[in-house]
Amino acid sequence: MAEQTAPPESTGTPGARSAGPPGPAAADRPDKPDAAVVRDALGVGIAVGLSGFAFGVTSAGSGLSLLQTCVLSLLVFTGASQFALVGALAAGGNPYTAAAGAFFLGVRNAFYGLRLSQLLAFPRAVRPFAAHWVIDETTAVTLPQPTRRAARIGFTVTGLTLYVLWNLTTLVGALGAEALGDTDAWGLDAASPAVFLALLAPMLKSTVERVTAGLAVVLALTLLPVLPAGVPVLLSALAAPVVLFLSGRTKPGATPQDPEDTPATRRGKTARQEKEERHS
Amino acid sequence: MNVWIAIGLTVAGCYLAKLLGLLVPAGVLERPLVQRMAALLPVALLAALTAQQTFGDGQQLVLDARAAGLGAAALALVLRAPFLVVVGAGVLVTAGVRALA
Repeated sequence: MAEQTAPPESTGTPGARSAGPPGPAAADRPDKPDAAVVRDALGVGIAVGLSGFAFGVTSAGSGLSLLQTCVLSLLVFTGASQFALVGALAAGGNPYTAAAGAFFLGVRNAFYGLRLSQLLAFPRAVRPFAAHWVIDETTAVTLPQPTRRAARIGFTVTGLTLYVLWNLTTLVGALGAEALGDTDAWGLDAASPAVFLALLAPMLKSTVERVTAGLAVVLALTLLPVLPAGVPVLLSALAAPVVLFLSGRTKPGATPQDPEDTPATRRGKTARQEKEERHS
Repeated sequence: MNVWIAIGLTVAGCYLAKLLGLLVPAGVLERPLVQRMAALLPVALLAALTAQQTFGDGQQLVLDARAAGLGAAALALVLRAPFLVVVGAGVLVTAGVRALA
C-alpha cells in the first residue's frame, strides 16, 4: 500500500506506474461523476492492496510472528515503513534504530495530511480516524479531484479498499511464508529491495533526486561494514539535506522543476505562499 | 520483546506523523524548503534501503543472487511493468539464480 504508487508529487499522474489505472490524471473536470471517482479509487486500492502479500511474506521470512506481522499492517499501515522495520530487525538492528528508520519514512505522510486537510475539510472529530488512511495512495487519488465531494469519495473509497485488502493479503502472505519454509530459497529476500526500488523509481524526477539517491547509496554501503545495523540507513538520510543545501548554493532559489505546482495543488495554496515561491 | 518495542514505537510514530498533518494549521509545514526536504527524505532512505537489502549481509557487503533479482526488477521498471510484476521479477530471478548456483 503506502508508497506503492508514485507519490502525488508526480504531476497529476498518481499511481501511474504501480497502481495501473491512470484515472485520476484526467480528473480536472468540474462535474466529475461519483462513479468515475469510485472507479479511480478502486483501481488504485485493489492494485496496491494486493501487494500486502509481499509484505506478509517478507515479514514472516524476517522472523516476525503472525501476530506481529498483522499488527504492523493493521496499525502502521504505511508500506515503506513496514518493510523498512522488518528489514532492519532481520538485519539485527536494535529496536530503536529500526523504528527510527520506519518513522522517518513515515514523516512524509504529515505533509500529505497537510494538503489533504484543506481539500477534505473533515470535522475535527473525524480527523483522528481519517489520519490512519493518510498515505501515498489516498493522497494520489484525492488531490486531483475537482470538488470536495469527489475528494471525500476518493479518499474514503481508496482508504477502505486498500485497508481491507492490504490486511487480508498480509495475513495470507504471512501464512504462506510459514508454509514455504526457507523463504530465501524462493528468492523472497529480494522482494523487499524490489519494493523499495519500485517506490523509489517514480520519485527520481530530476537531477536533485538522482544525486540524492546516489549519495545515499554510497553512504549506506560505505557505512554498512563499520556501523551497527540500522545506523547506516539512518545516516544515509543526511544525503537529503546535503544535496538540498548544495543545490541551493549552485542555483539560488532554483526549484528543480516544481512538480507540485499543478492546478490541483495550487488550489490549496494561498496567494501569499504562491508569491513567496515565485520570489524565492 | 525487542520486536514489540520496535512495533510499538513505529505504530505511535507513524500515526502521529499522519495525524499531525491533518491537525496543524496550514502554513506551518507549507514552507518550500520544508516541503522539498520532506520530498527528498524518502528518496534518500529508499535508495539506502534498496542498497542495504541488496548488498548487505549482516555487516558484510556481498554480491549474490539478490543483485541479479534487483537488476530484473529495475528492467521491469524501465519497461513500465505494474508494481506486482516488478516485485515478482525480482523474486523469481533471485530464486532462479540461487537454484542454478
